[in-house]
Amino acid sequence: MNPVNYLYLAALLFTIGASGVLIRRNAIIVFMCVELMLNACNLALVTFSRLHGNLDGQVIAFFVMVVAAAEVVVGLAIIVALYRSRHSASVDDASLMKL
Amino acid sequence: MNTLAAYQTSTGEATQFWVLAVFAVAGALGTVMLKRAVHSALCLAGTMVILAMFYLANGAYFLGVVQIVVYTGAVMMLFLFVLMLVGITAADSLKETIKGQRILAAVCGIGFGVLLMAGIANAKITEFTGLTAANKPGNVRGLAELVFTKYIFAFEITGALLITAAVAGMVLTHRERTERPLTQREQAEARVKDGTQVTPLPAPGVYARHNAVDIAGLLPDGSPSELTVNKTLRSRGQIRDVSEQAMGELAALEQRTADYQGQKRTANKPPQEKKKEVEAK
Repeated sequence: MNPVNYLYLAALLFTIGASGVLIRRNAIIVFMCVELMLNACNLALVTFSRLHGNLDGQVIAFFVMVVAAAEVVVGLAIIVALYRSRHSASVDDASLMKL
Repeated sequence: MNTLAAYQTSTGEATQFWVLAVFAVAGALGTVMLKRAVHSALCLAGTMVILAMFYLANGAYFLGVVQIVVYTGAVMMLFLFVLMLVGITAADSLKETIKGQRILAAVCGIGFGVLLMAGIANAKITEFTGLTAANKPGNVRGLAELVFTKYIFAFEITGALLITAAVAGMVLTHRERTERPLTQREQAEARVKDGTQVTPLPAPGVYARHNAVDIAGLLPDGSPSELTVNKTLRSRGQIRDVSEQAMGELAALEQRTADYQGQKRTANKPPQEKKKEVEAK
């Protein structure tokens, strides 16, 4: 099998995630789609690492995971705060830059 | 793993790839398309587990384990916790608010995907260099050597980022109480002063058969009383109305049940014979 197939899969998952961000309106699902995009990036980085025969790609994928964890904490906290003030998790309702 | 310097994947890995890739894409599509957020979360968790297998197949042993522990373990559970706090009462409508938005988004997505894949197709990649040499002292050790030498600065910045995120999480979800909570006595006095509902709310349920919490109790004239149903259920519109016509249907159903049970009883063995069988054993 040609190793480029892993990259095609990563691109496909990234595209699906990006379309999800555009289509869905529930803030939590939008957030999950962002996570999917980050995971697709990680797959590409791991494949690059194997293609080049060094571990730098894996280190960067590891840093992406750490940043994703931090992002989840802040993002979900924002969603909870938003829900408390508006009683809705829809991204359409949060059109003003204030709670 | 092949010991040659450059190689393609084995047939086993190719089979694994094609089987798991189908499920990964199906999970991703499920995340985007499914109506309920909980189903989306489960689909995403499945996709993440499959990606962990791909990491393992690509020689990223440490990342494969971290993917399962951190993503499917911690992150997805955090998502489910927040769903329990937020998403359950708020039903996500799939109705379009902006006309043609979904089609435009799909077109954009397809265009973007085509661009991305065309870019990848331009690359002349035919074989892996392979991680056999890089993984020789062990995958974890190799990663650690890089993280603590070449990437030490990024690693330290990451520490600052995590602390900031933890503080941000606490600040954003913390709510300061600005006034003293009302005591039971004050609540009772306020209720009397208000005068609309002094006594406790009436209980839900109709007769002994329908004592479920989502069924409104009937007033003497047979109309359902909304007061008897919990406020949360009322706001979700989850009230089952068993008044009037429903009561008639219920009576018919009960009649049919009675008929059916009457027939069944004659079809069954008489109780004496059953007793004999038990004694024989």
